[in-house]
Amino acid sequence: MSDIPEDLLYTEQHEWIRAEGETGVIGITDYAAEQLGDVTFVELPAPGNELNAGEAFGEIESVKAVSDMYAPADGTVTEVNERLADEPGLVNQSPYCDGWICKVSLAETSQLGELLSPESYAKLLEEAGD
Amino acid sequence: MAYVSNTDEERRQMLDALGMESVDELFEDIPEDLRCGETDVPEGRSEDAVHRHLHWLSEKNAAHLTLFLGGGFYDHYTPAAVDALLRRGEFCTPYTPYQAEVSQGTLQAIYEYQTAICRLTGMEVSNASLYDGGTALYEAMMMALRITGRNKIIMDSGVSPIYRNMLQCYTSNLKVDFVEVPVRHGQTRRDLVAESLDDETAAIILQNPNFFGVIDNHSDVARMAHEVGALAVMSCYPVSLGLLKTPGGMDMDIATGEGQSLGLPLSFGGPYLGFMATRREFIRKMPGRIAGATVDREGNRRYVLTLQTREQHIRRESATSNICTNEALCALGALIYLSLLGREGLKQVAGLCADKAEYARQRLEAIPGVEVMRGAPTFNEFCVGLPIDAGEAVGRMIEQGFAAGFPLGRYYPEMSRYLLVAVTEKRTKAEIGRFADALEGVL
Amino acid sequence: MKLIFEKSQPGRRGFVFDPSDVPAQAELPDEYLRDEDAELPEVSELDVVRHFTRLSQRNFSVDTNFYPLGSCTMKYNPKFLEDVARLEGFAGLHPLLPQLRLGGMLTQGALQLLHHAGRLLGEITGMAAFTMQPLAGAHGELTGTMLIAAYHRHRGNRKTKLIIPDSGHGTNPASAAIAGYDVVAAPTNERGVVGTDAVRELLDDDVAGMMLTCPNTLGLFNAQVKEIADLVHSVDGLMYYDGANLNAILGRARPGDLGFDLVHLNLHKTFGTPHGGGGPGAGPVGVVERLVPFLPSSVVTKRSDGTYALNYDIPQTIGYVAPFYGNFAVILRAYAYILRLGREGLREVADNAVLNANYLLGRLREHYRVPYDRTCMHEFVISASRQKENGVSALDVAKALIDRGFHPPTVYFPLIVDESLMVEPTECESKETLDAFADAMIEIARLAEENPESLQQAPHGPVTRLDEVAAARKLDVCYQPDGE
Repeated sequence: MSDIPEDLLYTEQHEWIRAEGETGVIGITDYAAEQLGDVTFVELPAPGNELNAGEAFGEIESVKAVSDMYAPADGTVTEVNERLADEPGLVNQSPYCDGWICKVSLAETSQLGELLSPESYAKLLEEAGD
Repeated sequence: MAYVSNTDEERRQMLDALGMESVDELFEDIPEDLRCGETDVPEGRSEDAVHRHLHWLSEKNAAHLTLFLGGGFYDHYTPAAVDALLRRGEFCTPYTPYQAEVSQGTLQAIYEYQTAICRLTGMEVSNASLYDGGTALYEAMMMALRITGRNKIIMDSGVSPIYRNMLQCYTSNLKVDFVEVPVRHGQTRRDLVAESLDDETAAIILQNPNFFGVIDNHSDVARMAHEVGALAVMSCYPVSLGLLKTPGGMDMDIATGEGQSLGLPLSFGGPYLGFMATRREFIRKMPGRIAGATVDREGNRRYVLTLQTREQHIRRESATSNICTNEALCALGALIYLSLLGREGLKQVAGLCADKAEYARQRLEAIPGVEVMRGAPTFNEFCVGLPIDAGEAVGRMIEQGFAAGFPLGRYYPEMSRYLLVAVTEKRTKAEIGRFADALEGVL
Repeated sequence: MKLIFEKSQPGRRGFVFDPSDVPAQAELPDEYLRDEDAELPEVSELDVVRHFTRLSQRNFSVDTNFYPLGSCTMKYNPKFLEDVARLEGFAGLHPLLPQLRLGGMLTQGALQLLHHAGRLLGEITGMAAFTMQPLAGAHGELTGTMLIAAYHRHRGNRKTKLIIPDSGHGTNPASAAIAGYDVVAAPTNERGVVGTDAVRELLDDDVAGMMLTCPNTLGLFNAQVKEIADLVHSVDGLMYYDGANLNAILGRARPGDLGFDLVHLNLHKTFGTPHGGGGPGAGPVGVVERLVPFLPSSVVTKRSDGTYALNYDIPQTIGYVAPFYGNFAVILRAYAYILRLGREGLREVADNAVLNANYLLGRLREHYRVPYDRTCMHEFVISASRQKENGVSALDVAKALIDRGFHPPTVYFPLIVDESLMVEPTECESKETLDAFADAMIEIARLAEENPESLQQAPHGPVTRLDEVAAARKLDVCYQPDGE
């Protein structure tokens, strides 16, 4: 059973975002990391990049698969998780903490209302499991 | 029948096991009206009969000519050990090394090949090889388009016209803007390059030595490209790298080339070997297979194909390229050639090529009415102006037993009196002398 | 095993050329020269021969092991092909010779060979003409999709899509994308093939054509192939035959008669040329009459006086896909192979390949899940899904086969079957070999129930399972001696 923290919001493409005021921290979910297998490389966005909700902003690779990461909301990248360059496995070990991808300064915090709640995301996974 | 092991009796047993009377039953999925009758292929022949036929065909080719013909494809000597090793069935008859545990021979060889190419070109990473020098240059161009997200390509006209034709062909369904920059006295025109480079430019494509045999130091051109955020791509002749400044030394972003000169026969155009090397930061944008070192469960150093997520069997239509094979056996041949020659041998062969070309140049220059393009330095190939049409001169030289060179008029109509002459280490002083005498005689 | 670079001894030489016999010396300016020598190994000829001989012994190959790799047709590669490819009149032939004045006459044997090889392939596939230029199967696909684009451009058609089955090779969509097409995936039905209804569903005026492997990657022949071709033709689409599996129908059916308009062949699969550990191959492309005007330049033609020439004057050509005339030495091996086998021999290839596959499938049926259980053609797909319930994956089965001296089948392809194992025994293998392989597979299936751990540890040596994750995370693709 996948870990789905209560204090986060989710996308249908399995990203999460933690809103801290105007800033959002973005990562991929435990389920997504599990599906990919051992992550070998994360193509990080550059600080200053503009993200648009629903659009791909980077790629994440394992040995046998590659997948785009989609922005949960509009915003500007302020910081990326440099540790992932040498330790991409953090995404598997700690998807919600040490394995975060990037931080963004949110364009409109109201956009977050359109994202999935933990309950809705759990339901999505349950349906996918059928 | 040839190459089938089973006897009629064994086939009978197998059909019995399937509960069938005849092999025909296995083909019942093919609708009756779609089956073909007897094809117009001749009846099979014995091995010696086919060998005789092929031998007869081979004799209808003029492989006896003494070659002063190059154009990017050269008549070098190949040490016997290269082919002796390439003929080993264990190298020749496996598939691509997907099952790494039983393909360590091929995989380690690819890793060594990649290392040799990096050391030869002065670049940081190499792939496991591509089809040939032309497709390698095309792939380098596509890579530059991907990396920069731009669509303009500046093409130095010293790049082989054979390759330029291929790049034009491949991009006919894509949106790529080509700007061709002419050369002066065979050399890249910095002024025109500077004018053409802008912030739409994905890459400038160069060749060294270029099609006219002219050598250059393109460091300044690379710098100009980098100033506008474009990449510098160079196709090069690997034997020349025994002496010449490397693409890495000129700060090129992608180096490619034709590896035929590294121990592979001319074979009427193939199979050849495209090599490609680049900066480490671009490795994920590079097409083709890549071998990487790893360990097995016991901690022994081993090798696997790595970064396969770039490839078409995973990424399908978004793959870095549609290429799925390398030219593994040809790459192995090049590696064995480079290992046999080693650091001194490669320097020696490059030096021999350059010295003998210089001698040929002096001999041809002494012929009345023949003018050697001097201005720019050359390596083992150079242009000479003749008093008559170069194509005509070549035709007359064939009767004298020489493939005298490549008449440039074919690709550069304004140069119809110019002949491109190539000299390798195989040409002796005596052959060069006879060549010069014969040329003097036919003019 | 040490790298050749690690065996280097300063001053040791493997090959020494004669010293220069000319009085001249090239004086190249310093700014054009490399700063340091290329750090190539310094080893003797014996070092080289021993190193590479030992490396070769670390491979499984057709010459040493049963190699039932599905979709790759790992048949025996006759040794005399290697001899004919090295005849001096071929190996020493410079590719620019025909471009010299009267040069065509210097290469009559080579041109005749190319011309005749194209004719034979045309006869075998039912195509009007062949270009021998594409340098590999995927290169043939790219050439084919470019021919499709040229055809539609000429007709003034505005088409954007190619239909490709979900069971198709990964190179199909990759090639289509480079030719500028969007890919539409056609689903496989419960019979294991694409049905006419699925094609009808996807068909509209934007469809430029369809790429089909036949028999498909499940080893199944689509009996509706002609109806599908008719449908695609009804919107002026073209039918592309991916020749990966031609071995199954040699002398029994021809793509041209099935309704295909263009085909690429893998000479290294069907026509006996060695795979070389991943190339060189050759991927000639054949077309029906109405596509002939678009073929790549140059084209070998036969003159009325019986001589051969290269024609570069092809107004509607797609251009130059290769530097010259294709992978000539591969084409000549395939040509010799076809002449050796002849009409009857080619048909027996298909007959024996299909019989071998069905016999092997028959022996494995009870022990592995067969997702599409029908008479197969030259290959079949089984699934380790039953074994997976005990924790034994298709990959574990593959590695366990290595312990038993067999090269594994293709695993995890086609993508539409989970835990798939795709087995292609080829016509060359004997019943004894097939039985030995079947016995090993059955033993593995038994172990998957009794002792799954033993399979998860396979292979047991000399090389044990490799860490692919470490290879991708800590990229080491070029040897750097310690301390550098």
